[in-house]
Amino acid sequence: MVIKYFSWIKEHIGKSEELIELPDNVKNISELINYLNNLNDDYKKVFLKKDLIKIAVNKTYCSVETKISNNDEIAFFPPVTGG
Amino acid sequence: MDKKTTIPVKIKIQNKDFDVSEETKILRENQTGAIVNFVGVVRGFDERNNSLVDSMTLEHYPGMTELEIEKIVKQSCERWNITGVTVIHRVGKLLPSDQIVFVGVSAKHRQNAFDSCNFIMDWLKTKAPFWKVEENNNQKKWVDYNLSDDEATKKWVF
Repeated sequence: MVIKYFSWIKEHIGKSEELIELPDNVKNISELINYLNNLNDDYKKVFLKKDLIKIAVNKTYCSVETKISNNDEIAFFPPVTGG
Repeated sequence: MDKKTTIPVKIKIQNKDFDVSEETKILRENQTGAIVNFVGVVRGFDERNNSLVDSMTLEHYPGMTELEIEKIVKQSCERWNITGVTVIHRVGKLLPSDQIVFVGVSAKHRQNAFDSCNFIMDWLKTKAPFWKVEENNNQKKWVDYNLSDDEATKKWVF
């Protein structure tokens, strides 16, 4: 699975994207966030601000309940500020 | 296919500047009696933080940005009788007074062009994945989202 990060989330985590092999027990976004939080404190600090994080699966907005699989592209980013 | 979904639509994300009169000329080629253009420009002053802005850098999520703008334009085509839409959004480093975004809508009558252009801009501000970082005295600050942008979209929900 590819995970992409944008804006200040990218800077806090220290990378713009990463490839991970999804563990069998991770079935949705909420479980993915728990899995990442256990990797290191950088993720924990980011995901503590959950009200400021938008999620996309395969380039479409989704929620923490959205089901995911190893072929998906996930993105975490702050509320948008274009225009 | 519905006539409204086959109108000319141009969506571009680019580093380079755009020429408003050139884009207007292209929109004039559609069957039209009215064109409404919106141009967003880099402010040299951050009103919320009371500070000067030396430059601004825009990043985006390639692929998703275009998809989100396409969805907004499609909704606009379904809602108003319009004859053409152009959306150009710049990314990369920009300076105060540089152009950021162009939304141009052509229609046979002005009200459709006004409303559609307004609708596209309001939703672009809240849905299209772009992020601005302001630079001032070599300090970077990611621009906070503006709650009033969310409020602005409510007028389109019936």
